[in-house]
Amino acid sequence: MENDKLIIGGHEFSSRFILGSGKYSLDLIKAAVENAGAEIITLALRRAATGNVANILDYIPENVTLLPNTSGARNADEAVRIARLAREVGCGDFIKIEVIKDSKYLLPDNYETIKATEILAKEGFVVMPYMYPDLNVARSLRDAGAASIMPLGAPIGSNKGICTKEFIKILIDEIDLPIIVDAGIGRPSQACEAMEMGAAAVMANTAIATAGDIPQMAEAFKKAIEAGRQAYLSGLGRVIEKGASASSPLTGFLEN
Amino acid sequence: MEKRTNHMEYMPDMEQIDSDIKDRVIEAMNAYEPDKYTENDVLQALEHDTKTIEDFKALLSPAALPFLEEIAQQAKAETRKHFGNSINMFTPLYISNYCENYCIYCGFNCHNKIHRAKLNYEEIEKEMQAIAKTGLQEVLLLTGESKKMSDVEYIGEACKIARKYFKVVGLEVYPMNSDEYSYIQKCGADYVTVFQETYNSDKYETLHLAGHKRVFPYRLETQERALMGGMRGVGFAALLGLSDFRKDAFATGIHAYLIQRKYPHAEIAFSCPRLRPIINNDKINPKDVHEPQLLQVICAYRLFMPFASITISTRECQRFRDNIVQIAATKISAGVDVGIGGHSDGEKKGDEQFEISDGRNVKEVYDALCKNGMQPVMSDYIYV
Repeated sequence: MENDKLIIGGHEFSSRFILGSGKYSLDLIKAAVENAGAEIITLALRRAATGNVANILDYIPENVTLLPNTSGARNADEAVRIARLAREVGCGDFIKIEVIKDSKYLLPDNYETIKATEILAKEGFVVMPYMYPDLNVARSLRDAGAASIMPLGAPIGSNKGICTKEFIKILIDEIDLPIIVDAGIGRPSQACEAMEMGAAAVMANTAIATAGDIPQMAEAFKKAIEAGRQAYLSGLGRVIEKGASASSPLTGFLEN
Repeated sequence: MEKRTNHMEYMPDMEQIDSDIKDRVIEAMNAYEPDKYTENDVLQALEHDTKTIEDFKALLSPAALPFLEEIAQQAKAETRKHFGNSINMFTPLYISNYCENYCIYCGFNCHNKIHRAKLNYEEIEKEMQAIAKTGLQEVLLLTGESKKMSDVEYIGEACKIARKYFKVVGLEVYPMNSDEYSYIQKCGADYVTVFQETYNSDKYETLHLAGHKRVFPYRLETQERALMGGMRGVGFAALLGLSDFRKDAFATGIHAYLIQRKYPHAEIAFSCPRLRPIINNDKINPKDVHEPQLLQVICAYRLFMPFASITISTRECQRFRDNIVQIAATKISAGVDVGIGGHSDGEKKGDEQFEISDGRNVKEVYDALCKNGMQPVMSDYIYV
């Protein structure tokens, strides 16, 4: 476990928990980051104002990597422009691409996401696209230069858990990039489940933002993610993978 | 008085679009019988994860009122799921109160003897500077509805000035044609709200006696024209209390629902105004829609469209507003002045549209939100 690092675009992280910064009080961000042990925190550029009453950047601890997102973008062109703006205002080279042109379910537009990924990867960004889990799209994103793939578990904010489990599993099996489960994870047990499956990391926001005690829930997620990772690295026993059974019920006679 | 014109007939300068949404809204509203719904319908609606149109009808019905606590609990859960603890803050800026319409319930109506005024560009800039100093980053520009006194170019210029000081600029002015919305969008505003007031066209006719606003179908198609013109989002509202508020609230929801289905990228917002007293008309009784009914309507909007923004007006009192943002509303105004020129040091130039109930400044509303565990958000959009 000690040498188990998450590597995204050449950058190394010990924590596999990516924390969202939206949807809760800024005063709690520091405590949440600390309790979560998070090394990456997302930031919606549309919320991060310059100057004024509350500048989110001021609340985020310095040693934490900022992952600005392009939320608000409805097409590749807007995502690209938001990404460039993020870099200009000092948010670094990481960018989570979110292209959403559906106001009801907030489902990502995979096609526009591929286009934005291609442009931004060429400009030297560490591109982390949020996508609907589709193997062909994941391959295109990889080929376009994505540093990781962030498939959704369920619609944003739905807290429904990993509804797309089977499809995310396919991405984990087939794509040699960190697969980070994003969106839909409502409780620590679901984060743990994602990690057991072999997800490289988990991103959560609403689940923590709406908890009664935000820092404590951040810690609960941290533990669940670590437990899930450890289970994955240990190799899950066949009882869990296939269901319980006698060792060789049909072919045992060959031994007799 | 001159003979009233046919309120269903478009005036020559009004764009007619090819859309069936208006007819579908009216048809759905006419078919809705609030009294038909029973306790059982309401309980069934509460059972469903995703509320159907039938559920929305049940939740708006009188039968739902005894279940207001359960409804509010569900609404709160949905709001938190979709918005976390965030509440957007903004303030309206009235730049002109000239009006050509004769709407009998409105303080700006053209026959009401009030002080009329229109801010020039310099005054607009001064007002905006004063507002920006409070920390707000979103402004809503309003005018009375006079295309003569505040033409599209004037509003466009105001939007350009606003973009110097604010990250988000919304509009609540007279309905325009889609090419005019396209122009205004390029000037920097991209969210259009128009209140339909009432979806009951017969009632509408008796309340809006003259002016462009008299034309019922043109107003009902405003949101669609705004989206055709490239606006990012559109706001909907019935002025509750003008007609049967349950049917009006239902029509408002269905209107938004149909628009969102046709324009999936469109951001959707609801406002929930009730009638307020105005200068020179003390007959208006704001008590027709009581607070429990208002809460019921707001929660029904939330449960029917969990992703929609819901704005709570300063027409409501501090107690109601501080509580409703913890249940279903996601946007709150602060430091509100509904007259002309009240934000900067200069003297107020024009009278108010209606009386407000919550006169708290930006800091007071900000602090109240924080105290209640909410996260005030000054901007939730980025122009690129």
